[in-house]
Amino acid sequence: MTVAAELELQSFVLLRLGERRFAVAANQIAELVAPSRVFRFPHRTSKIEGVILRRGRIVPVCDVAEALVGKRLHTRRFYLLAVRRYGKQTEWVALPVTGECELINTEMSSASASDAPHVAGWLSHDGDVIEVLNINALTPGPDQKPAEAAAIGTAEARP
Amino acid sequence: MPPAVPAKPGPLREEQIILFRISGQHFAVSSASVQEVRSVDSMTGLTVEITAPGLRKVRHVAQRGDKSLFIVNGAAHFGLAPSPGALIFVLRKTRTALLVDGIEKMTSMTRLQALPQAFCHEERSWYRGLTALDQIVVPVVKPEGFLSLEELAILDAAMPAVEPTVEKAAASTLEGTESAT
Repeated sequence: MTVAAELELQSFVLLRLGERRFAVAANQIAELVAPSRVFRFPHRTSKIEGVILRRGRIVPVCDVAEALVGKRLHTRRFYLLAVRRYGKQTEWVALPVTGECELINTEMSSASASDAPHVAGWLSHDGDVIEVLNINALTPGPDQKPAEAAAIGTAEARP
Repeated sequence: MPPAVPAKPGPLREEQIILFRISGQHFAVSSASVQEVRSVDSMTGLTVEITAPGLRKVRHVAQRGDKSLFIVNGAAHFGLAPSPGALIFVLRKTRTALLVDGIEKMTSMTRLQALPQAFCHEERSWYRGLTALDQIVVPVVKPEGFLSLEELAILDAAMPAVEPTVEKAAASTLEGTESAT
């Protein structure tokens, strides 16, 4: 491999949601944590399930499985703590994942205009073509409020 | 590993709080925000019914002098299962009294973490933030978040005519109670 080719390689964390695998840029991942108790309280942000307590921090749990594979995870084993950017600030968001994650180095193909907003790009690994996730587009935040509010309509609070 | 460090929780400071229950959910409120704690029974006869369009969470109003105190059903406000409610918190510097099921304990919190920005709907006006008490995460309510200015305007417009005798009795009884702090 040439020096130029090595420079194209990036690190990604491969995660599994049910039978499907997805990738997140490794620099957007803080850690992978064991199952934790989810604390629930009333709120109206539909994508947020509750919060977990991790090293003194209260981290929102965002179940992305419904958006990505069409159903919520029932056999959840770990939480992947991703770094979500809000303007100049960053906060952790816990993504429930099935099974352990894997760190790989590979090249990423950029997303095209026809890809969904949550797709940051594509990579090829072990014969699979895997979506690289855009955490900012996938998880809720003030920037997504109008669209999500319209989608939720008159949803009940989620205790 | 990420180059940017996530926002850290706020600085340590101790604040007295009341941990209370509504429909099996725990919440906290600053003791300094609670002017009085009344039993529902003690309010019997001191309130009048009110029906405001689209505001099911307020069914009763008490008069304190020339000020109306709207009693907000906590379960209805948070979208929880209906619950009868046993106590009323009169919230300082507001026109709100909050109907709750009961007090769990008086305690103190040393750290209040801002509500994560992933929560981006009405809850941002409901809560000051979150705190961890004995490894349990509890939302800390914002006293002014129970009734918006628009809701107060609707309630004012729906105010029933209050009989002077009831008004006087309500005012004298409410003023004679002790503060929660």
